[in-house]
Amino acid sequence: MKATIIVTPKKSVLDPQGEAVKNAIHQQGMDCVTHARIGKIIELDISGTDVTLTRQKLEKIALEVLSNPVIEDFRIELE
Amino acid sequence: MRWAVVQFPGSNCDQDCLYLLQEVLKQEAYYVWHKDSDLKNADGIVLPGGFSYGDYLRCGAIAKLSPVMKSVVQAANEGKIVVGICNGFQVLCESGLLPGALIRNKNLKFRCHQQLIRVENTKTRFTSKYESQAVLNLPIAHGEGSYFADPSTLKSIAQNKQILFRYCSEEGSITDFSNPNGACENIAGICNTKGNVLGLMPHPERAAESALGCVDGLGIFQSIINGS
Repeated sequence: MKATIIVTPKKSVLDPQGEAVKNAIHQQGMDCVTHARIGKIIELDISGTDVTLTRQKLEKIALEVLSNPVIEDFRIELE
Repeated sequence: MRWAVVQFPGSNCDQDCLYLLQEVLKQEAYYVWHKDSDLKNADGIVLPGGFSYGDYLRCGAIAKLSPVMKSVVQAANEGKIVVGICNGFQVLCESGLLPGALIRNKNLKFRCHQQLIRVENTKTRFTSKYESQAVLNLPIAHGEGSYFADPSTLKSIAQNKQILFRYCSEEGSITDFSNPNGACENIAGICNTKGNVLGLMPHPERAAESALGCVDGLGIFQSIINGS
């Protein structure tokens, strides 16, 4: 199965990269963008056919390796 | 004391740490490779600065999963001394031995310069040799050294007197201007509740010999050794 894990900084954490990108977008004349946050996408190929079990494994992987729960949130997309 | 200096792939301050311990402080000290889990009965463990695993994923995120870290966590739980410097501090936070996290510097710049820090608590195994509120001049060199913790964690570490060093001005004032990276409450270094694990972003091993122009960093290790 293919899993996509999207990791983003928590809203309560200052994201200076996001601020810099938002300012760069404004410099292009597009001040319609009010916020920007920079995260990361991790794509995993994972064996198994049981969706529930696979999701549980992905939650563990996301919590223990792919994200730092102190400063990041994640969501999992599975196909 | 017996000291283990851990080496991760990408650590680059390990030699300076070993030199400080062996040549300056005349301690028994040796390297431990990250794949080894035998700390050889070390009394003290140093996680040095650098760019372990190239800072891939997050600083210290992959290093925390190295086999040696199981032994480091066990040693910390047994009350052994653990000192994490810069990337080492990042590894300690990632592994849960210290609360909070280190994030990208607020101004997005890699800050590489001398930095003044104030000693906030001298009643610890890491700071007993310093005068209360002493101002130390130590080098910093980091792009992701901004200490972050949520409000309840910040309140807890303040109440438990776990904040050991804060960025400060020449007069010893805690100001925004003297904060090089946007760290919460100008926090530069903290310890755990048991008081045996220290993490700090500045580099004491680079200010530990008069030939380097400053010896302000020596006190941390002298405090540990004298208290052992």
